[in-house]
Amino acid sequence: MSDNLGRIISTLLEGVPVTIQATLGGIALTIVLAFIAGLALLSKSRTVRVISRIYVEGFRGTSEMVQLFWLYFVLPALVGLQIVPLFAGILVLGLNHGAYGAEIVRGAVQSVPKAQYEGAVALSLGPFDRMRRVILPQAVVEMLPPFNNLFIQLLKSTALLYFISAHEITQKGEELRPALPMGDLTVIYAVELIIYLLLAIIITVVMRALERAGARRLGRKPPPRSKVFSSATAGGV
Amino acid sequence: MDWDWEYAIDSLPLLAEGILVTIELTVLGALLAYVLGLVFAMIRRVGVPVLSQFVYLFVEFIRSTPLLIQVFAFYYLLQPAIGVKLSPFLTGVIMLGVHYATYTSEVYRAGIEAIPKGQWEAARALSIPRGRVWTGVILPQAVPRVLPALGNYTISMFKETPLLLAIGVVDVLNSAKEAGAETFRVIEPYTLAGVFFLLVSYPASILVRKLERRVGTV
Amino acid sequence: MSEPYSSPSSDVMIQFDRVVKKFGDHVVLRELDFSVKPGEFVTLIGPSGSGKTTILRLLMTLETADDGTIQVGGEYLSHMERGGKLVPADERHLRNQRKRIGMVFQQFNLFPNMKVLQNVTEAPVRALGLSKAEAEQRARELLEMVGLSDKIDAHPMQLSGGQQQRVAIARALAMRPQVLLLDEVTSALDPELVAGVLAVLKEIARTTDITFLCVTHEMQFAQDVSDRVMMFDQGQVIEDAPPEQLFTQPAHERTRSFLHAVIDRAV
Repeated sequence: MSDNLGRIISTLLEGVPVTIQATLGGIALTIVLAFIAGLALLSKSRTVRVISRIYVEGFRGTSEMVQLFWLYFVLPALVGLQIVPLFAGILVLGLNHGAYGAEIVRGAVQSVPKAQYEGAVALSLGPFDRMRRVILPQAVVEMLPPFNNLFIQLLKSTALLYFISAHEITQKGEELRPALPMGDLTVIYAVELIIYLLLAIIITVVMRALERAGARRLGRKPPPRSKVFSSATAGGV
Repeated sequence: MDWDWEYAIDSLPLLAEGILVTIELTVLGALLAYVLGLVFAMIRRVGVPVLSQFVYLFVEFIRSTPLLIQVFAFYYLLQPAIGVKLSPFLTGVIMLGVHYATYTSEVYRAGIEAIPKGQWEAARALSIPRGRVWTGVILPQAVPRVLPALGNYTISMFKETPLLLAIGVVDVLNSAKEAGAETFRVIEPYTLAGVFFLLVSYPASILVRKLERRVGTV
Repeated sequence: MSEPYSSPSSDVMIQFDRVVKKFGDHVVLRELDFSVKPGEFVTLIGPSGSGKTTILRLLMTLETADDGTIQVGGEYLSHMERGGKLVPADERHLRNQRKRIGMVFQQFNLFPNMKVLQNVTEAPVRALGLSKAEAEQRARELLEMVGLSDKIDAHPMQLSGGQQQRVAIARALAMRPQVLLLDEVTSALDPELVAGVLAVLKEIARTTDITFLCVTHEMQFAQDVSDRVMMFDQGQVIEDAPPEQLFTQPAHERTRSFLHAVIDRAV
């Protein structure tokens, strides 16, 4: 170790706010797009379903890296408008993970028993109230575990903002690297990985608290408190 | 800036080289992930003391942190530290394989846990040897059901390979970048790179969904 | 606003006219005709899977008929008159029709995201436009009637099946329906909880002028409470008589063998 230690850590910490902004911004956009596109996938209108399907498959099918490069390097050339790196990053993170989130929303809404829909029909609730008051409150609870995994994927994807020089943690580390001896590299990567690990644990802790609150609201047994790591759902991302 | 077909076609040969590299990375990385993931899952299932706990923490740690940083750490720190110098390509294959092995190990674990307890008990009641229980009873039931999830992770890995351009792997996106660097036109090569990913991963994910309907999922 | 208990001038509350319902190739209702008078309690009996529940689901607009018409209180249910012709109803028409009809389900179908009180107030507030205070007062009275005043703040999942079903009854009544459909309301209950639910229903049948259409396997209940019992089999009503007659001197052979089978089983 060396006297560079303080400088390394403080430089890396400078990147933390950007990483957090990208993560929170990306999560917010993901949630909005996931709900819009996910409900659109269930629409009665074929046109609406097709448009949403094109968005979902388009963003799931092309690589997130390509999307980032396209938005950051191609779009400015097309429309003559250079996007701020952080903003471009949030846009790509949200658009990409929103497409995955749409399938989560669709699946969760479909998982609510049909009897709940019928109960709401029998009480003369209209389509909007059926969805907002009866189906969605139950579906949201089902969405929480898969969204936990998705948000951690999104957090990990913020490292890609290195490629567009957004001054987040990864880029801060790579700026330092060339000038430092081997021993200090250990510090860089250890600190970086620990920061991401901590952020991932924070996401999981928050999501698990929401899961417990959701289970209580539905009168179910709450999931255990102990686990700090998100449980990987085998289905994949 | 408008779309230039002639330039797009001109850049295809360069892109094709990158496409080949991307496919090689995906195939080799996936094979490593399938095998290593199974090893992780077996270690945890059998409960090898210490090693089992270590694998658990390793899996959770790798899964929760960005692949890009893991690649940097392996390339710039770990390799010099242990005195080897692997090519960017090989570095990429290993890190893709290790990273995705942490996912596939969870897939195998879920697949094995999905086998009803009665199957183990029936095998024991019939005095079937332990090794044969795995190869004759458990795995034949578990493997088909894990295939869709493995397929999904393979597609995810495929789409994540471009980040290896950070250490100089010339994959399809890097080829597109190089094509653009020569001519200062990026719209065609980057768009074609995106189209390539879509053309592979969309049909692949449809196949996986078909498979899912056939064999179920974990 | 709703028009509670607004009786139509006609003396028919429910009218099925040559109603056909198919699921794929399977014909469930074959040109079914029957009618129910206002305030009548009519029970449908018949073999499982014969389509009794389908009749209720058609009335609740959860299914649509393939042919024929259904009228409730003199108005078409899933059709509208437009330009002298009958056309399929739109969502708005359906919602207005549903306000007059309530249904209690076999599996209760309470909303787990709402506490007991809110389960009962939700629809009066959202669908009828009652104020929250009005709806709560109505809900409290109904929950007291079904004997669950002490459970208003409970989660549905914390209640026994019998308690859940009594909440579901209160919830349906809160809409002040003209017609109440009972779909095997005791079939999912443990035997010791059945009596409580049936007692509540008997009381409601006695004290209100709601028209009931009931599908049940509780023959004693059917006999005690019904004005009329209809034996339904193979898509048709094959016998229609007051309970004292149908249960003691069934005219039709199929009724006789069905009653024989269920009553034997019950003993």
